[in-house]
Amino acid sequence: MAIKVNQEECIACGACLSVCPFGAIVMQDEKAYITEACTACGACVDTCPVEAILREEEDKVVAMDKSQYKDVWVYLEVCEGKLRNVGLELLGEGRKLADGMGQSLASVLIGHNVEGLAQEAFAAGSDKVYLVDAAELAQYNTDSYTATLFDLISNYKPSVILMGATNDGRDFGARVACRVGTGLTADCTGLGIDEATGFVSWTRPAFGGNIMATIICPEHRPQMGTVRPSVFKKPVLDYSKKGELIRVASKIKQEDMRTKLIDMIHVCTVSCNLEEAEIIVSGGRGMCKPENFSLVEDLANVLGASVGASRAVVDAGWKPALHQVGQTGKTVGPKIYFACGISGAIQHLAGMSSSDLVIAINKDPDAPIFKMADYGIVGDVLEVLPILTEEFKKIKSA
Amino acid sequence: MEILVCIKQVPDTAEVKIDPVTNTLIRQGVPSIVNPFDKNALEAALQLKDKHGGKVTVISMGPPQAKEALKECLAMGADQAILVSDRAFGGSDTLATSYTLAATIRKIGTYDLIFCGKQAIDGDTAQVGPEIAEHLGIAQITYVAKIEVNGDIVSVEREYEEGYGVIEGKLPLLISVVKSINEPRYPTIKGTMKANRAEIPVWTMADLDVDEQKLGLKGSPTQVRRIFTPPQRTEGVIIQKDTAWESVAVLIQKLSDAKII
Repeated sequence: MAIKVNQEECIACGACLSVCPFGAIVMQDEKAYITEACTACGACVDTCPVEAILREEEDKVVAMDKSQYKDVWVYLEVCEGKLRNVGLELLGEGRKLADGMGQSLASVLIGHNVEGLAQEAFAAGSDKVYLVDAAELAQYNTDSYTATLFDLISNYKPSVILMGATNDGRDFGARVACRVGTGLTADCTGLGIDEATGFVSWTRPAFGGNIMATIICPEHRPQMGTVRPSVFKKPVLDYSKKGELIRVASKIKQEDMRTKLIDMIHVCTVSCNLEEAEIIVSGGRGMCKPENFSLVEDLANVLGASVGASRAVVDAGWKPALHQVGQTGKTVGPKIYFACGISGAIQHLAGMSSSDLVIAINKDPDAPIFKMADYGIVGDVLEVLPILTEEFKKIKSA
Repeated sequence: MEILVCIKQVPDTAEVKIDPVTNTLIRQGVPSIVNPFDKNALEAALQLKDKHGGKVTVISMGPPQAKEALKECLAMGADQAILVSDRAFGGSDTLATSYTLAATIRKIGTYDLIFCGKQAIDGDTAQVGPEIAEHLGIAQITYVAKIEVNGDIVSVEREYEEGYGVIEGKLPLLISVVKSINEPRYPTIKGTMKANRAEIPVWTMADLDVDEQKLGLKGSPTQVRRIFTPPQRTEGVIIQKDTAWESVAVLIQKLSDAKII
């Protein structure tokens, strides 16, 4: 598929230039030309007032028999013997996709002594669970997990695979997709079924959250995507539900793993797991000095929230890098995001703009964070925070 | 040690604005920069070279103007830069991009380490690194915040959601780095002058041993169906009372009215 300009029709109005998100159209000799930066997104096609821009359908040579591929799979990530929330969130979404496509929903569970977790997968709506349980798989490893998931795909041929966009999910998701030779849409925040074609439509932010792109994978199977944690709600677990447990033997040998996890250094448990947090309390330069950061942590403790930080705070060494929210830190999407003494540089906003609700406290009424905030208090954050913490404490104990 | 660094020239997404009237991306005047994480990757490579000796080669796939980004890398201290550029690569998704870069790396031939940034700030996919490793059949460690090399053993700290994992691997290896690994150096004046004089070789499809069906749009399983701007947030409620007590009281009231608490 490619975008072509019919040069005879082009009136050089330039309308297409301004809508192209990739800057892939140039005007030469009063005619529009598509350059190699084009991704065939089609934004220009609808804009051209004289219909001079056309989408050319190209015959693809595809050896894949798509009809063999059925079912929606969700990869369930296990962390310290428990399922990460994102897996359950995806079972909720996967159920909708599977129902929409008239297919089954299956979970993939890889690890050691994880059979008990299958109950949770059934309770969350899974019809089947593919379980690969072996001592060699006790720890996540790129090589062993890639080979295991690839084997499952080769044998059972799913149509769709959803994975959490966690560090591990993004680490081996790309490798699996590459080994299969299929497409992987990264870091999705929206899932649906394309009405015209029946393909999964994957929606994700790009350009630092400035635009959204909806992506499809028409000719390759499985259609794969990683999905951001805490974008979707966990389904209500119903433990009366049962399903089919399919045990698959592991083929992994110790020597297949070319890297080895020697040790884990736990910096924190709840407080820096921003990706999965429902509530985040973040502090910025407005906290004035490192000692004051405890005010941010106090509020976080009361709310059971994770602690975020702006780049300035991390660069100044007040908080470790694991807490940084923003373009060069973590991208988060909690239910509630508190921005305390954060002015809201665009790089910061890029990391938290998908939060459901933003509450900002800043003494500068013109701070850009207020444009993003649902509720904003203009005032001294050092004064406001302790009072706010007290109030939430009262509400909690009431 | 032979070290390769894969870099991407990206629009500075922090400078991208949305035209409020047409609701489209304004790209005019947006500077092109070296993807910030790729600078950390280059710095990590340069530090290893400083310590162990060797050569640092920077490669990039992109349009001809990506030479500017490669020159910046030369100015920072890279020994050599190669641009891979061809209209046939246009519209590549991550699978086609990684295929092309892997073919480039095969042509270069020898390497001990390949560095990438954890992701590019325009696409944020974090896929090209692992996919290059897969095409080449080598091991990878992603999200690396610290690296040490002893002989052919590489020891790193990898970022996890809750902390760091100490991971060991053997050369050859592909490593993707996070920002906290280092502070990229600035180009020296001497380096900049040298970079300005440097001729950057441009490799095209004809220079690579590739299957044309796997390049560009043709080789890309994913297709962009639609691009749109996210819905603007509705105007928020700004509270500015005489005292902090009053402001907090109003906030709590509003949150409770909205049934948030």
